[in-house]
Amino acid sequence: MTAITPRQDAQTAVRTALSTSARPARPGPVSTSLTFWWRALLKIKHVPEQLFDVTAFPIMFLLLFTYLFGGALAGSTTAYLQEVLPGILALTVAMITMYTGVTLNRDISKGVHDRFRSLPVWRPATLVGPLLADVVRYSLAATVMIVLGLALGFRPGAGLTGMVVAVALLLVFAFSLSWVWTMLGIIMRSENALMSLSMLILFPLTFVSNVFVRPETLPSWLESLVAVNPIAILVTAMRGLAHGHPATGEITAVLAISAAFVAVFGPLTMLAYRRKT
Amino acid sequence: MPPHTPGDLDGVALQADPLSAAAAAGPTLAIEASGLVKHFGATRAVDGLDLRVPTGTVYGVLGPNGAGKTTAIRMLATLLRPDAGSARVFGLDIVSEADAVRSRVSLTGQFASVDEDLTGLENLVLLSRLWGYSRATARTRARALLEAFDLAAAAERQVKTYSGGMRRRLDLAASIVVTPELIFLDEPTTGLDPRSRNQVWDIIRALVAEGATVLLTTQYLDEADHLADRIAVIDHGRVIAEGSSSQLKSSVGSGALHVRLFDPAQRPFAEPLLARALNAPVRLEADPAALSATVSDAQRVTQALSELSRAGVALATFALGQPSLDEVFLALTGHPAEADIDDGPASTEEAAA
Repeated sequence: MTAITPRQDAQTAVRTALSTSARPARPGPVSTSLTFWWRALLKIKHVPEQLFDVTAFPIMFLLLFTYLFGGALAGSTTAYLQEVLPGILALTVAMITMYTGVTLNRDISKGVHDRFRSLPVWRPATLVGPLLADVVRYSLAATVMIVLGLALGFRPGAGLTGMVVAVALLLVFAFSLSWVWTMLGIIMRSENALMSLSMLILFPLTFVSNVFVRPETLPSWLESLVAVNPIAILVTAMRGLAHGHPATGEITAVLAISAAFVAVFGPLTMLAYRRKT
Repeated sequence: MPPHTPGDLDGVALQADPLSAAAAAGPTLAIEASGLVKHFGATRAVDGLDLRVPTGTVYGVLGPNGAGKTTAIRMLATLLRPDAGSARVFGLDIVSEADAVRSRVSLTGQFASVDEDLTGLENLVLLSRLWGYSRATARTRARALLEAFDLAAAAERQVKTYSGGMRRRLDLAASIVVTPELIFLDEPTTGLDPRSRNQVWDIIRALVAEGATVLLTTQYLDEADHLADRIAVIDHGRVIAEGSSSQLKSSVGSGALHVRLFDPAQRPFAEPLLARALNAPVRLEADPAALSATVSDAQRVTQALSELSRAGVALATFALGQPSLDEVFLALTGHPAEADIDDGPASTEEAAA
């Protein structure tokens, strides 16, 4: 344990530590966000179990849906995989964004946020940092899924580049969608309530889409719903990018939706964070 | 004894005292709060709080659980917006100039404000980076702080493995990554063993010796007595008494006079004499030679003693004891300080923390 130092020495040591401190210049928003990003990565390093959701879910979802629906919907699993993989990728990552809110909810309730909030730093960095670390988690999920997909026979028409661009678009969307959960994570009092609400939003959003089935096969009212579903638009854009026929309209739409999420939920989140007592 | 009304103590705050004299001489107030109010639902956690804290002093905010201490400190540290009233820290408004306030203060919350998952070193590097140190300087600064706070051996361990005292020290180290001019310490020694408590007290004294102002809340009367230059006693969200420790004590009465007679046979004669001279009821102790009385005016004691001697009553011993802060609190609030009072604010404060 700690050595017993004479109290006089301890006083001197503390006084020295105080007097040697020069005041550095205030860091900017980017530097501050990166520091909080580093903190979030450290937490992953110390508690690696939190990567379970980004490794196990992708594997389970991909195997489950490919083999369950492949034969019935596309004649063969390999044929189905070409269409379904970009979709399941979007679905899985969208599902995982939900954990952002839960983690943040847990984190904010701890005393350390009192200290962060009493620092003269760019406040949104406290939330932007963890969200950027989550982008790392999402990339991990995407990598796991694509590698498994390639092993199962997925062959993207646009090669690796197309796939990388598709994933990049997905990450932008996921980062933006995370702000919704972040806001809910701050507002809602209990983790359970937050989980239930997230499920309630995410299940219809991901399943009432073009991920598993062609929207033409749906009743017309449902088909028109799918047409405006952000996940469906994202999946169309990703499929296009992966297979070498980029849909510019959809890509633009995804970027616009993402910007809108940040523009609306970013300030709302910060407002809630500031009000949080 | 009935609770005193705040008005009783006006004289106390005005008594000549080097600190208030200095405060009057220049704009050297670290904190100036007037009429701060914060309510959570129907509960008024802080209900019209006034504080004037001179720079370079340790200011103690003393009160039982639920008195509104934490809420008050969180407002002053810009974590909570007051519902009414205003406060300035070094002349800066805590609402409109919150960011400027934040660069000059630091807060050590009641519940350890360090990250349990990270190591001690990582915690301090993180804060050093947030204060703007470069990567390399941040590590040097973190190492130096760990050394100074006797934590070097535990630098690479996760904070969740730390003892309460170590955690507190890390917390204090985290508060002085950049030397703050004002440090808020919310119950800095609650739950610590005596040795750790002494360490924390030494650190606080070192902070003040280096010129910092410290505002600490405590529910321990001896802590306020030992550390604080001035003390505000708060109850139900407002200041009910303010002054130095001895001023507070004398405001409740000078204490108790204990007299022991040379000859027990003289006691029946001494009792009415003493009662008249002190103008207070005199108690006969179990010891047949002893008498005691609560004294409101120390002047009368000398009078009473000389009257006894003139009347030929010989004294073996006499003692005038100052009241403890416990007695002060009881006198001021009508309830003891350390008892948990089971009303709304206590739970609200916990929810707020």
